[in-house]
Amino acid sequence: MNTIDQLRSILLNRRSIAVVGLSAEWHRPSYFAAKYLQQHGYRIVPVNPRYAKTSTDILGERCYPELTDIPFAVDMVDVFRRSEDVLPIARQALQIGAKCLWQQIGVMNLEADAMARAAGLESVMDRCVKIEHGRLFGGLNLVGVNTGIVSAKRLGARA
Amino acid sequence: MADHLFQPETLAIHAGQVPDSATGARALPIYQTTSYVFDSADHAASLFNLQTFGNIYARLSNPTVAALEERVAALEGGRAAIASASGMASEAMALMTILQQGDHVVAAGALYGGSVTMLAVSLKRFGIEASFVDASDPQAFAAAMRSNTRAVFAESLGNPSLTVLDIAAVADVAHAHGVPLIVDNTVPSPFLCNPLRHGADIVVHSATKYLGGHGTTLAGVMVEGGKFPWDNGKFPGMTEPSVGYHGVKFYETFGDFGFTMRARMEVLRVYGSTLAPIAAWQILQGIESLHVRMERHCSNARKVAQFLQQDPRISWVNYPGLSDHPQYGLVQKQMRQVDGAPGASGLLAFGVKGGIEAGMRFIEAAQFMSHVANIGDTRTLIIHPASTTHRQLDAQQQLDAGVGPDMVRMSVGIEHIDDILWDIDQALRSGARA
Repeated sequence: MNTIDQLRSILLNRRSIAVVGLSAEWHRPSYFAAKYLQQHGYRIVPVNPRYAKTSTDILGERCYPELTDIPFAVDMVDVFRRSEDVLPIARQALQIGAKCLWQQIGVMNLEADAMARAAGLESVMDRCVKIEHGRLFGGLNLVGVNTGIVSAKRLGARA
Repeated sequence: MADHLFQPETLAIHAGQVPDSATGARALPIYQTTSYVFDSADHAASLFNLQTFGNIYARLSNPTVAALEERVAALEGGRAAIASASGMASEAMALMTILQQGDHVVAAGALYGGSVTMLAVSLKRFGIEASFVDASDPQAFAAAMRSNTRAVFAESLGNPSLTVLDIAAVADVAHAHGVPLIVDNTVPSPFLCNPLRHGADIVVHSATKYLGGHGTTLAGVMVEGGKFPWDNGKFPGMTEPSVGYHGVKFYETFGDFGFTMRARMEVLRVYGSTLAPIAAWQILQGIESLHVRMERHCSNARKVAQFLQQDPRISWVNYPGLSDHPQYGLVQKQMRQVDGAPGASGLLAFGVKGGIEAGMRFIEAAQFMSHVANIGDTRTLIIHPASTTHRQLDAQQQLDAGVGPDMVRMSVGIEHIDDILWDIDQALRSGARA
């Protein structure tokens, strides 16, 4: 559904990522992904109403209860929620002018995907942003994963 | 870069290796290092926590070895792979990642001798039981399943029984019981057969054989298909917080390559059967010509089998590539075509008239066919399994493994077929004269 070129383009160009459903617990998959992205030069913006009352910072960034509470623009909305909870998040993503809706592994809300595409956003479903980054820019190949990359160019070279 | 489904001939050369980032080297560098620098304390912590991908220590991973891992994963159509020092080490890795004390394995009886020993003797010491069944009968696998069975193990093409596994049927049996099917695909190699595509969950290889292809280097690889539901309740090691690794839940965190990650962090890291970078490099050199070599192995073996079938000095021939083989239909279904017929590898077995003694004289009289314990070399190899590779098995185990007392096993090489037939003929003649 998403070609290698599309994924590369998204990961090269979308530099600020609102991580919806980010957990403050370090061993959770959402924390893993957010930490990885932060280390690879992306700005992470935690979005999780669970931490709203306690004003928790996650990974050194302030956590907002909703996407619409973020006082600056973000490029991508990365969703770590159940598929059935995605639609209102997708609507907020459109509202705040995000350029990409990314639903993580196991998250596949088709209506949200269609809505995002119709509004001109890039849309990804059922993929992990950390794994795709590692696959296309190096890292995933170091742990024996079949990246599907066949190329005579060095990895990570600008497209 | 575009999405494209590459053929095995291309994957054999390119998968897992793009030009080196640091130097632009086109060929794969041999990263002869034990350790890797960390960019910062935070980077180090992230690596150890598995929050970022990278190299920590050579026992766990190495970029040269990683190229081999990805190449074999790609050739098998798998999700991820992990290499180790030998085929037996890869087999052990698959089993030790899955099994714990009190578990049971249903295994084909027709296995390489070392595999029988691992299951019947070595793992038993750690409280793991195995039942051995007729590899050609999926119902036999079903009948042997118990409530504590956690894996099914078989060879796609048995060594040296040459029994062909009905992969799809046995996979169905395994899956009906919620356990994975592990297939040792050494004899066909990924070029002739991809068990994952027929329903297997894990594939193991002795890369020492056809993958490396030149009889120089020991290595093993385990590949996972990425489709097995490890969260079905039978594999807490995949879903519970890892006691040995900071509470990581491997299946939840890594999804369809979680099994391989766990094998790396819980088995390879602890038991240390790591493949050396130079060895991985040598295997990769062989893999680049896998398709060319396998085609020649198959066409030569077919001609040798046909020659032996006609020869009055030979009492029986077993080669699944012969159209009158009882499992030929399965061979057609599961194996790639070579020269218009299913490629059944270079391995065949036969009996010389006059029994064991005649067989031994034949082996000793061969001029360039080598008497060695190995298969899958460019050279033609011959051996008498009952007194060597399967010697540790008792008489019944040998029969279950398809090893008769007079069996000669031949791994047909890629020498000129006329010369191979010449050596067989002259060895039979001089053997008979003795």
